[in-house]
Amino acid sequence: MADHTLEIRDLHVAVEGKEILKGVNLTIHTGETHALMGPNGSGKSTLSYTLMGHPKYEVTQGEILLDGESLLGLSPDERARKGLFLAMQYPVAVPGVTLYNFLRSAVSAVRGYTEAARKAGNNRLNAHLIPARAFRQEVNEELAKLKMDKAFLRRYLNEGFSGGEKKRAEILQMALLKPKFAVLDETDSGLDIDALRIVAEGVNRLQAELNLGLLVITHYQRILNYIVPDFVHIFYEGRIVQSGGASLVEKLEAEGYAWLEAEVA
Amino acid sequence: MAHDDLHKLKDQAQYDFTTEVDYAHTVRRGLGEDIVRELSAVKGEPPWMLAFRLKALETFLRMPMPTWGVDLSSLRFDEFYYYMKPVEQEARSWDDVPDSIKETFERLGIPEAERKFLAGVEAQLDSESVYSSLKEEWEKYGVIFVDMDTAVREYPDLVREHIGKVVPIADNKFAALNSAFWSGGSFVYVPPHVHVEIPLQAYFRINAQSLGQFERTIIIVDEGSDVHYIEGCTAPQYSTAALHTGVIEIFVKRGAHARYTTIQNWSTNVYNLVTQRAVVEEEGRMEWVDGNLGSGVTMKYPAVVLKGRKAHGEVLSIAFAGQDQYFDAGAKAIHLAPETSSVITSKSISKANGRSAFRGLVRINRGAQGAQAKVVCDALLLNPQARSDTYPYINVAEDEAQVEHEATVSRINEEQLFYLMSRGLSEADASALIVNGFLEPFVKELPMEYAVELNRLVQLQMEGSVG
Ligand SMILES: Nc1ncnc2c1ncn2[C@@H]1O[C@H](COP(=O)(O)OP(=O)(O)O)[C@@H](O)[C@H]1O
Ligand SMILES: [Mg+2]
Repeated sequence: MADHTLEIRDLHVAVEGKEILKGVNLTIHTGETHALMGPNGSGKSTLSYTLMGHPKYEVTQGEILLDGESLLGLSPDERARKGLFLAMQYPVAVPGVTLYNFLRSAVSAVRGYTEAARKAGNNRLNAHLIPARAFRQEVNEELAKLKMDKAFLRRYLNEGFSGGEKKRAEILQMALLKPKFAVLDETDSGLDIDALRIVAEGVNRLQAELNLGLLVITHYQRILNYIVPDFVHIFYEGRIVQSGGASLVEKLEAEGYAWLEAEVA
Repeated sequence: MAHDDLHKLKDQAQYDFTTEVDYAHTVRRGLGEDIVRELSAVKGEPPWMLAFRLKALETFLRMPMPTWGVDLSSLRFDEFYYYMKPVEQEARSWDDVPDSIKETFERLGIPEAERKFLAGVEAQLDSESVYSSLKEEWEKYGVIFVDMDTAVREYPDLVREHIGKVVPIADNKFAALNSAFWSGGSFVYVPPHVHVEIPLQAYFRINAQSLGQFERTIIIVDEGSDVHYIEGCTAPQYSTAALHTGVIEIFVKRGAHARYTTIQNWSTNVYNLVTQRAVVEEEGRMEWVDGNLGSGVTMKYPAVVLKGRKAHGEVLSIAFAGQDQYFDAGAKAIHLAPETSSVITSKSISKANGRSAFRGLVRINRGAQGAQAKVVCDALLLNPQARSDTYPYINVAEDEAQVEHEATVSRINEEQLFYLMSRGLSEADASALIVNGFLEPFVKELPMEYAVELNRLVQLQMEGSVG
C-alpha cells in the first residue's frame, strides 16, 4: 500500500476575525495513529474543520500539504476526494435525506462515478451513481460489522439519531469512503462502553485494511485504551505544546491539564 | 413512468386498437360566441352543453380580472386559439420542438414515442390501446374512466348533473373561460363500495386533447369507494399555446376516499391558471397532492369543501420557482360541518429571481363545532434574489374550532452543505440533496416512478437546465 503524508505547517486560523489556531505543526504518515488531547475550547475542532476546508475557518498563515501539495485552495468535496475524512464531533442532521441515499451519493462522488458520468455526458437516470446492487451488499456488510441495523438506512441522515448512533454512522461513512487520512473529532463522546468498543474495533480494522493515517482528537484518555496511539500531542490555546509517546496519556490522566497553564505561561 | 411495464402493456394491446382519426379543425384566433357555437357543433354536443358554454362565455366577458396574485397585465385573450383538434397538434413537427425541451427528455430517459407525445407532436395511439385493456378491467366494476367529450356523448345525464356544481361558472374569470371553451379532461365515476386498486392515470387515457389548454375533469367517488387519480407527467409539457386554464371538480361521497395527484411542468411560456375543488361528504376523505415546477406564472389553490360531519381534507403541495417563474399557489379548506378536519402542507423553493407565494385560506363556518385545521408552509430560498411570500387568510366563525398555522422561511444551511461536501458531494449535488430532502414529505406520497422522476427534475431545475 502506498505511503502518504499529511503535513500541517505553522498553521494559523481565524474565525470571525479572532485567531484560534496559533501556529500548529504536525506531520502524519499513513499507518500512524496520532492522538491530539487538550482541554475544551483549545481549538481542536477548529483544527479538524480547517483540515476539511470549512469556509468559516480562515487560514491566515501556514500550509496544509498532502504529499507535498497544498490543500488550501481546495473545497471540502475536493479534499474528500483526495482522501481526507472528518468524523465530526457534532454531525449535522439533514431532514428528508435517507442515510442510504446519502451514502450512495457520497460513495459515488468519492469513487469517481459521478464525475465519470458527467465527463461522458451521460445524463441518464442514476448514471452518476454506483450500481445499486453492489452498493447495497457492501453497505450491509459494513453495517453488520458495526452492529447496526439495516433499518438504519431508511432513516433520515442524523435526524433523531442518539449520540451513539451518530458516531457509529460517522464510522460507517468512513468505512465506505475509504480515506487515506481520517480525523476523529471526539468520536468517543456520547458512547457507552459497548458502543465505544464496537466503534474502536471498527476504526482499528479500517486502519489495518486501508493503512489509514489517523488523528484521534479527544479530551479523555478512555478511547485511547482501545485505539492505541503511536504519538500523543497535547493541544493548548491553539498550539501543540508537547508531543510524546503513549506514556504522555498517563501523565495527563494523573495530572489533568492544570500543569499546562504553569508550563505554558 | 414505469416504462418497461408500459411497453409490455402496449405490446399486448396493440391489436385491439380501433380509432378513427378526426379531421383537423381549428377555429379563428380569439374568442367569441361564434367560436363557442362552432366547437360545440364540431363535437356534436347536445343543446344543454352549448347553453352551458354560452352562459359561461357571457359570464367570462362580464367578470373582472383578478387584481391580486400574479401579474396578468400582459395576458391578451385575443391572442390565443380557443379550440384546436388533436390532429392539428399532431401536425406540428418534431423539428419545431425547442432543443432545450428535447435535451430534457433525453436527460430524463424518456422513450422516443413518449417524448413526441409529450411534446404534442403526435397523438399517443399506443397509450390509447393500453387504456382500452385497462378499461376492460375497470368496466367489470362499473368504473367509468373516459375523456370528457366521450362522457358528454355516452353519459350525458351524469355529466349534466355534475358539471359546474363544485366549481360554478362564475367562480372566477378563468373558471368561466374554461366552462365556455373546455376541451378534453377526464370523467371518472366510481360506483359505491369499489376500491380501484391501480391509480387511474390520465396518461393511459390521454390523447392530445387532454394536454389541451382547457381541460375539464369531473371525478365522482360514490359512497364508500376509493380512487387515486393521477394527472400529468413530470416531463416538460411543451405547448405552443401559452394559456392553460383547467377546472377539476371532485365529488367525494359519504365514507369515500379520493386522491388527486398532479405534477405540472409546463414550459415557461405558459400561464397556468387552474381551479381545483372537491366537495367532501360525511366521513369522506379528499387529498390533493399537487406539484408545480413548470409554467411562467401559476395561480392554483386546490380546495376542499368539507360539507359532511367528520369529512377530512388534505392539500399537500410543492412549488419550485426558478428563473423568471412566478407562482401564486396555495390551498383552501372550507369547514361547513362539525368535526371536520383539514391539513394544508405547502413547501416552496425559489431559485434565481423566481418568486413563490403561498396563499392559504381556512374558513370555519359557524356550526362546525370541533373542526380542526392545520396549515404548515415552509419556504426554502436558494439564493438572495429569490423571493417567497406567505398570505394566510384565516376566518373562524365558530368558537369551538381549532386552527394551527406555522410558517418557516429558510435558506440552504451552511453546516448541512459543509457536512455533505466533506463527504465528497459537489456544492451543486449537496444542494440538490438538501432540496430533495426538503421535498421528501411530498415525494414520498408519489408513486415510485413519479418520485424518481421528480427527484431528477429537481436536480435539473437546480442546475438551471430546465425552464
Ligand atoms: N464556528 C465558530 N464560530 C465562532 N467561534 C468559534 C467557531 N468555532 C470555534 N470557535 C471558537 O474557537 C475556540 C475553539 O473552539 P473549538 O475549536 O471548538 O475547541 P475544542 O474543539 O478544542 O473544544 C472557542 O473559543 C470557540 O468559541
Ligand atoms: Mg471540539
